[in-house]
Amino acid sequence: MTSDIILLGHGSGGTLSHRLLDDLIVPVLSGLGPREQNDAAVLPAVAGRLAFTTDSYVVDPLFFPGGDIGCLAIYGTVNDLAMAGARPLHVSVGLILEEGLPVAELRRVLESLRAAADRCGVAIVTGDTKVVPRGKADKLFVNTAGIGVLDHPVAISGRGARPGDRVLINGPFGDHGMAVLAAREGLELTAPIVSDCAPLHAVVRDLLAELGTAVHVLRDPTRGGVATTVKEIARQSDVAIVLDEAALPVSPAVAGACAILGLDPLFVANEGKLLACVAPEAAEAALAIMRRHAPAGGGGPAAIGEVVAESGGRVRLRTAIGGMRAIEMLAGEQLPRIC
Amino acid sequence: MSLFAPFRDPELARIQVEAIRRAVADHPVPLTLMEVCGTHTMAICQHGIRTLLPDQIRLISGPGCPVCVTPVDYVDHAVALARRPGTIIATFGDMVRVPGSSSSLGREQAAGATVRVVYSPLDAVALAERHPDRTVVFLGVGFETTTPTIAGAVVTARRKGLGNFFVLCAHKTIPVPMAVLADDPELKVDGYLCPAHVSAIIGAEAYRPLAETHRVPCVITGFEPLDILQGVLMLARQIVAGEARVETQYRRVVRPEGNRKAQELLAAVFEPCDAAWRGIGIIPGSGLRLRPEYAAFDAAVQLPVAVEPPREHAGCLCGEILKGKVRPGDCPLFRTACTPEEPVGACMVSSEGTCAAEYKYG
Repeated sequence: MTSDIILLGHGSGGTLSHRLLDDLIVPVLSGLGPREQNDAAVLPAVAGRLAFTTDSYVVDPLFFPGGDIGCLAIYGTVNDLAMAGARPLHVSVGLILEEGLPVAELRRVLESLRAAADRCGVAIVTGDTKVVPRGKADKLFVNTAGIGVLDHPVAISGRGARPGDRVLINGPFGDHGMAVLAAREGLELTAPIVSDCAPLHAVVRDLLAELGTAVHVLRDPTRGGVATTVKEIARQSDVAIVLDEAALPVSPAVAGACAILGLDPLFVANEGKLLACVAPEAAEAALAIMRRHAPAGGGGPAAIGEVVAESGGRVRLRTAIGGMRAIEMLAGEQLPRIC
Repeated sequence: MSLFAPFRDPELARIQVEAIRRAVADHPVPLTLMEVCGTHTMAICQHGIRTLLPDQIRLISGPGCPVCVTPVDYVDHAVALARRPGTIIATFGDMVRVPGSSSSLGREQAAGATVRVVYSPLDAVALAERHPDRTVVFLGVGFETTTPTIAGAVVTARRKGLGNFFVLCAHKTIPVPMAVLADDPELKVDGYLCPAHVSAIIGAEAYRPLAETHRVPCVITGFEPLDILQGVLMLARQIVAGEARVETQYRRVVRPEGNRKAQELLAAVFEPCDAAWRGIGIIPGSGLRLRPEYAAFDAAVQLPVAVEPPREHAGCLCGEILKGKVRPGDCPLFRTACTPEEPVGACMVSSEGTCAAEYKYG
């Protein structure tokens, strides 16, 4: 690599492209040498049902407290596989680079992709790189797709919530969205907020291994936040869900930043959080498993609500002062208020 | 412990609700209390406060959501400025989706205009500094809570000698429309829950004429659930006792004289004017415009653009809702033609709007 920024020629398919791939992208992501590269990855057969998912990452800024677009792109796809109850195996990485991107930033993202994949025990087996003219993309976009295997008989689905189920979350929510917002807008918060960006495959593996069919629904409340995800579960399962405001875990820093900006943490994105609907008798054990996997000093998991037999997919919040109100999805993104 | 927990204590809430129940138990007629401020409207819905109060207490929402009361021709004006080449519109977030006659800032942004959401008017000044080749127009919307900060931004822009920073003014003041609504015989407001943060600026004394001349009890109330319950209790006790005084529940922030420094800054940059309120019409003396010596920063004066003739959706009851005369459910468009995804009226689009609150939390 001679140029310190990405040039259009790096996407030409010619020698510049080959050098970008052979000298940087492929060695960092997969460790394959140039002679081992083919048009498609050929994967060994596995026993069990397969889960397959894809997601694109366009976060701005590329680097934020607690993570970056690289680890986000791996954890996001690994977590989507985990939410289907699958053990993640292989991922692909597609990169869209904007002309002018510093190569040093690309390297940081690639190294983060690789470190995250290693942490999750998944191999990056195929990929693609394109370069677009300046202004046609915002620095760097990543697409990942992933394949996982379900090597257990438990059926996990958004339709599985049953009356009486407890709704659990594995820790405080709202951190990722507020960390990215603060980094993007240059908000100077006295208590810095760090993204919760983390893989969930291990906690899911243990939940399924130890509790089996007592686990009914798993969902990661990413875009749209906890409220939107709970609403989706209620609709899919055709039940009502009542959340308990006093039990909702939100860190003081997130609660404070949200209060200042007029945002509701219930609708703020997460990247390392898991909502589970489990049979009531398994709730304590599930919380114990979540606690085992919770990051040190990050605040613990909590039982935040209950599934109620009532058709229509309603979600209600028992407010901290004992009132009751509905929770609906937002129309668009949350916009900060005037006052 | 969370900063908010003491203000959301369920046991204290229960005691307050019980006290309210006792206070109004022997009162022969229902009490109509108006919360003037949009943040109160949201908080009341968000904490399910209506579900806790006795049926005898009716809470109605007033014209205190700054986005909702901004007339449609202001949005059209902002849209026309957004289309002007080289212009950056800087605005608080909730103006972006407000529908004008045929477009909105969100739509213009999608079509190529530059619309930047800022968190402080000073961020808009910084934008103008960073982009000397562009024209930055800040949308000056809001009540006395935000206007002093906009005055500060104008003063800062002048000190920095910026010739590319402008404000499109639609500032409004709160006590004037409260007096108009107090005298509306159709409405019959028994008491006002007065805004928290507007009052931090203008002070409790600003409401004295409302209580003394218009005979409406006023309680300046904070935004946390226990604040609101206590405010309701204080109002209920005044009404039952036949009194009309100004009381301050939100004593941890609001002083009788208000924030003198903010008032001085505001008065140095702005002067009173008549203002159009969406759905209500023109209320004399209820607005604020830039003083002539600051006309160089007035987008309406300095940046002439053609603005389309205003067109309001027929059947939209925002005006009646803003006056507290009807509830959102009474509007034929509510939940049918008018939803947060496709808002028709401003009460649905603003996060503080009565219809948005009812739709979201109802």
